[in-house]
Amino acid sequence: MCLGIPGRIVAIVDEDAMLASVDVSGVRRTVDIVCVAEPGRDLGELIGAWVLVHVGFAMSVIDEEEAAATLKVLTEIGEAEGEIEAMRTGSVEPFHPSTAPRAQ
Amino acid sequence: MNNAFPIPVRAPRRALPKSVTLAHGGGGSAMRDLIDEVFIDTFKSTTGAPEDQARFDLAALMAQGDRLAFTTDGFVVDPLFFPGGDIGKLAVCGTINDLAVGAARPVALSCAVIIEEGLPLATLRSVARSMAETAHAAGVPIVTGDTKVVARGACDKLFITTTGIGVVRTGIEVGIGRARPGDVILVNGQLGDHGAAILNARGDLALETAIESDCAALHGLIDALVAAAPGVRTMRDATRGGVAAVLNELAAASGVGVRIRELDTPIRSDVLGFCEILGLDPLYLANEGKIVAVVPPDQAAAALQALRDHPLGRGAAAIGRVTDTRPGRVVMETRLGGDRIVDMLVGDQLPRIC
Amino acid sequence: MRYVDEFRDPILARGLIREIETLSARMERGRDRPFSIMEVCGGHTHAIFRYGLEGLLPDIIEFVHGPGCPVCVLPMGRVDDCVAIAEQPEVIFATFGDAMRVPGSRKSLLTAKAEGADIRMVYSPLDALALARRNPEREVVFFGLGFETTMPSTALTVLRAARESIENFSIFCNHITIIPTLRALLEMPDLGIDGFIGPGHVSMVIGTEPYRFIAEEFGKPMVVAGFEPIDLLQSLLMVLRQLDEGRAAIENQYARVVPDAGNPRAMGAVEQVYELRPTFEWRGLGSIEHSGVRLRDAYARFDAERRFSTPEVQVADPAACRCGEVLTGQLKPWACPMFGTSCTPETPLGALMVSSEGSCAAYYQYGGMRQPHLEGAA
Repeated sequence: MCLGIPGRIVAIVDEDAMLASVDVSGVRRTVDIVCVAEPGRDLGELIGAWVLVHVGFAMSVIDEEEAAATLKVLTEIGEAEGEIEAMRTGSVEPFHPSTAPRAQ
Repeated sequence: MNNAFPIPVRAPRRALPKSVTLAHGGGGSAMRDLIDEVFIDTFKSTTGAPEDQARFDLAALMAQGDRLAFTTDGFVVDPLFFPGGDIGKLAVCGTINDLAVGAARPVALSCAVIIEEGLPLATLRSVARSMAETAHAAGVPIVTGDTKVVARGACDKLFITTTGIGVVRTGIEVGIGRARPGDVILVNGQLGDHGAAILNARGDLALETAIESDCAALHGLIDALVAAAPGVRTMRDATRGGVAAVLNELAAASGVGVRIRELDTPIRSDVLGFCEILGLDPLYLANEGKIVAVVPPDQAAAALQALRDHPLGRGAAAIGRVTDTRPGRVVMETRLGGDRIVDMLVGDQLPRIC
Repeated sequence: MRYVDEFRDPILARGLIREIETLSARMERGRDRPFSIMEVCGGHTHAIFRYGLEGLLPDIIEFVHGPGCPVCVLPMGRVDDCVAIAEQPEVIFATFGDAMRVPGSRKSLLTAKAEGADIRMVYSPLDALALARRNPEREVVFFGLGFETTMPSTALTVLRAARESIENFSIFCNHITIIPTLRALLEMPDLGIDGFIGPGHVSMVIGTEPYRFIAEEFGKPMVVAGFEPIDLLQSLLMVLRQLDEGRAAIENQYARVVPDAGNPRAMGAVEQVYELRPTFEWRGLGSIEHSGVRLRDAYARFDAERRFSTPEVQVADPAACRCGEVLTGQLKPWACPMFGTSCTPETPLGALMVSSEGSCAAYYQYGGMRQPHLEGAA
């Protein structure tokens, strides 16, 4: 239920209508930012913010610190297992002749 | 009625109106004017008498190979023009590719158009010009054709059918049933561009992207591939239904399993983004310039290098292998190492929000 | 993709899987049945299959795919009403793609479109409103569908339409709410669910507080989870830890997106536009009190149910359907006698075969690697 995808606010399209342009991996869409706009604050402050977009509406501003905290916990689990370094240095076998170029 | 190009150019002609009318399909002089001006002049096919068919010297064909390949395809696309191509380019490339994946060298194409009355003449001209340019660049002439005009609503603007003949190289045997366990599965570049470009070009989704159709004639690329890997088992252009459909056909026809790896499957980042937003799976998106090639393991490295050395294969990758487990099934090893079945779709993939 | 790729990292996944293996192996001792963890949300079901997570986890852990797929639980009678509205000559019917294939008793929207109804697939209710602006001579009806995640978007669109005085726009409201349904589920006598993975995107709207009764009244752990595979694995580990420690609490794994208080502005719009219906019918689960919403009287002019006459006939689920048992974890999809025979994604009979998020369709399409019916299949 409820497909949502992180995107970055790159421009305010219409201040009165509270519409902004959001970039998801090079794809842009005009979205409604009513739910993430702080009353009384300049909408321009939202430019650069990462938001969770659902059906054309920004529904949540992604909390960078929380994301980093989650990842930190996960990395610690891996480190406790003593694995992460081993894997980062490449014990993962390539499949066949070489791995595909995948644009990021 | 079949109006073969070539027809000699006649003069003088009346100026054509701004849009196509039913009179242009009536078989009279209006029709001849349309065909002459829009198609014959543009295709610059050849000279000679106005015959109802193109004719080929058999001896010359037989010198190129030992079997004749013959294929046809109908093209309908909305919109007619889209980033990276148009219906005309699609119709020429599509049929060239259908010949080429059979290891045939394309020789000539025919072109039948069905026009909805009211189509602006400028649109028709621009499609014809695109066909001519594509055919010229590919070195495959359009040698015969037909034009029909139907009443408004009887077709959607413009339908094109192209038919092609080609000559299959002596000694090369390809077939969808020839894959064997251990064979390597190659693609010649990033997947899903065409499907994403078309869906986006319809405009209903209000997304802005720089994604372009990958529409291209692949016979040159396939030449290089076949030269590097003469033992190639099969090649397919991954059009409707995407790579997923081709791999499922392969698994069923060869009675083998197919195992691909998500991390080895090349997809542009904006196509991935497009798919994430709309809940689509890029494996099912159409391509118009991508083939799936199955090659024996000892020729895989040479085949991959040959693809990458060609301008239309720079993003080529080995995406998986043919296996002897789970015959008839296509399994994808996900980026996490889990397995997922890649089944045939029931119908079109629809954008979803859930 | 930032905030996506990091949470799909195979190396982090391996660490988590190892941790889950160790913990569950210890917990397994003396236990005679698997740990049944229900992921409430269809998006989680989709992710579990998309990444093949079941095959990576120990056998002692079993996912039960819950009722959180709004398309799957839409009753046939409501689809019939949709088709009836869409077939009005003046109507442009705008819908998310998900709803196109859902079968009504006579036909789906896809069939109605083929037969001439003007049905448009849109990405956002805003696009439906734009259709209304561009086609003032037509009636544009938007098919409002989904849980609390989607409710604010249609509510805000109605408020926009009201502000712009757009008269030819209305919503056919089929929004449903997850809380009463979870309660109904938990009240079932022999529910064998040990813990829940909570719906992340619903929670970014409603917050985590509304789930408290799950832990307090029913003693079950719930972890609100994100939608990437790492999110799911971490949430699973968090549920297992609670079970191991004998705790039952509502925890939030998806704090980067879900504030505990939810989104007050989104909830405000929902409150302003919608009110609870006394009862709403769910396919496969029957009627559940206060589980659906409708437009308030103040917005009656945007309510398609009041603007168009519809058949409003209740259509019973096919008698042989056992979707209810699958939804509550009492029956595995492939154990249903209709699965893959008379009920397939091409001709779905039951709710769960309808959308790719329905657990039956997901099994059919992506193939749970543990399903017996696929082993050795040609």
